[in-house]
Amino acid sequence: MAVYHLKTPISEEEVRKLKVNDVIYITGTIVTARDQAHRRALEYHSQGKPLPLNLEGLAVFHCGPVVSKEGEKWIAVAAGPTTSTRMDIFEDEFIKNFKVRVVIGKGGMGKKTTDAMAKYGAVYGAFTGGAAILAAKAIKNVKSAEWLDLGTPEALWIFEVEDFGPLAVAIDSHGNNIFMDVAKKVEENKQKIYQKLGLLP
Amino acid sequence: MEKAKIVENVAFNILKQAVIYLPDDVKQALKKAYAEETSETGKTQLKAILDNIELAEKYQAPVCQDTGTIIFYVKAGSKAKDLDKIEEALVNAVRKATKEIPLRPNAVDPFTQKNSGDNTGRFIPHVNWEIVPGDSVELTVMTKGGGSENVCITGMLVPGEGIKGLKKFVIDAVIKAGAQPCPPTILGIAMGGGADISMKLAKKALLKPLNEPNPNPEIAKLEKEIFEAANMTGIGPMGLGGKTTVLGVHIDYAFRHPASFPAAVAFNCWAARRASARISADGTVEYLTHKMKW
Repeated sequence: MAVYHLKTPISEEEVRKLKVNDVIYITGTIVTARDQAHRRALEYHSQGKPLPLNLEGLAVFHCGPVVSKEGEKWIAVAAGPTTSTRMDIFEDEFIKNFKVRVVIGKGGMGKKTTDAMAKYGAVYGAFTGGAAILAAKAIKNVKSAEWLDLGTPEALWIFEVEDFGPLAVAIDSHGNNIFMDVAKKVEENKQKIYQKLGLLP
Repeated sequence: MEKAKIVENVAFNILKQAVIYLPDDVKQALKKAYAEETSETGKTQLKAILDNIELAEKYQAPVCQDTGTIIFYVKAGSKAKDLDKIEEALVNAVRKATKEIPLRPNAVDPFTQKNSGDNTGRFIPHVNWEIVPGDSVELTVMTKGGGSENVCITGMLVPGEGIKGLKKFVIDAVIKAGAQPCPPTILGIAMGGGADISMKLAKKALLKPLNEPNPNPEIAKLEKEIFEAANMTGIGPMGLGGKTTVLGVHIDYAFRHPASFPAAVAFNCWAARRASARISADGTVEYLTHKMKW
């Protein structure tokens, strides 16, 4: 288990060094995107329309923050991760088209995303679910808010962060996926549990 | 002060208590889990959770950015005045809390997909009523996160399988939920009544403090058995592996139809937010879950 401090834009080479169980902290730009923003970003791409910013080498954060506005300035009050599995239907295309190097969320992602991470060079950084203030304190500036018509939870928030983490590398760019490993072990434990509960014949 | 205004103020205060300060029993359970967790990754997750709880209190900010769907449970004394004004007061409190605490706007019209922006909309905040003897009004708020809500499940089990069927239903639900509900979670389990009744009871069971097992020893034994079994899964904190998957289990039940065995499992994330207060007929207020001055 190694600890890395990465600065955006992150190169493919840097991301390929990371292995599952490593811990990373990110300094630079991260961009939130949930279900609706993923869908819109891919629609824009298929129509040849540019996104509000170039995502290459950045981190995409599955997050719908609590925000407040002081004058014209947005403040991120609380900003923990949301469940990433909902974005599984979009993420392979998202990684392929926009070349994000880190996907931040909670709960893990499936095989399709794991394969895309291996193919194009990206990792999944698990941030502790609910640890919203820990996250907010690492957000030094809300650079801009895009697509606010989707509602504040679904908008594209562009954050400048400093040592954003700890993020546990739970999917690396070599096909390893901690969540899938845990799921396998859980499946093995299931029979023992059934036995303990007297559910087996 | 008029009654509606008192209700609005108290509802605002308990919302604020709930989203910022986790109840003591939940904090104690998380600390115990941290001390006992053997998985290295699991321990880092519990550490982040405990650090985050402290930061939320220090900065008076919501402990989680998903400030949930807002659900009230009202125990209304049959002799209390102005009961018809309470729902409007609760809606006003939610609007004010959304702006001032602030909360994340979490009420979306399922037809248009538009977010109302203030956590209110048709049937939201949701109010569960109970008429009780007396002239006081007790308000409880639960702010229920979406991640844990997404894995709640109801099922119509086979009556002939009895409690065995229930045990399997619950363990399968915990395994299927995996990392999604932000483990370590709390399980509210209920059986009987009907599909709607069992889920209603399961969700309400999430309001019980973790250190209060069911007073019926048979049910308490089942709670303990399911608790131990769920923690054998190895899902662990945030699903990254470990021995802490659930912090507690509460079971409730209603009598069932001879042909039906409805069952429900309601999950709550570790950020199990709830707060209560009682308003007496003379307008005095007692905060029941959070011992702080307001």
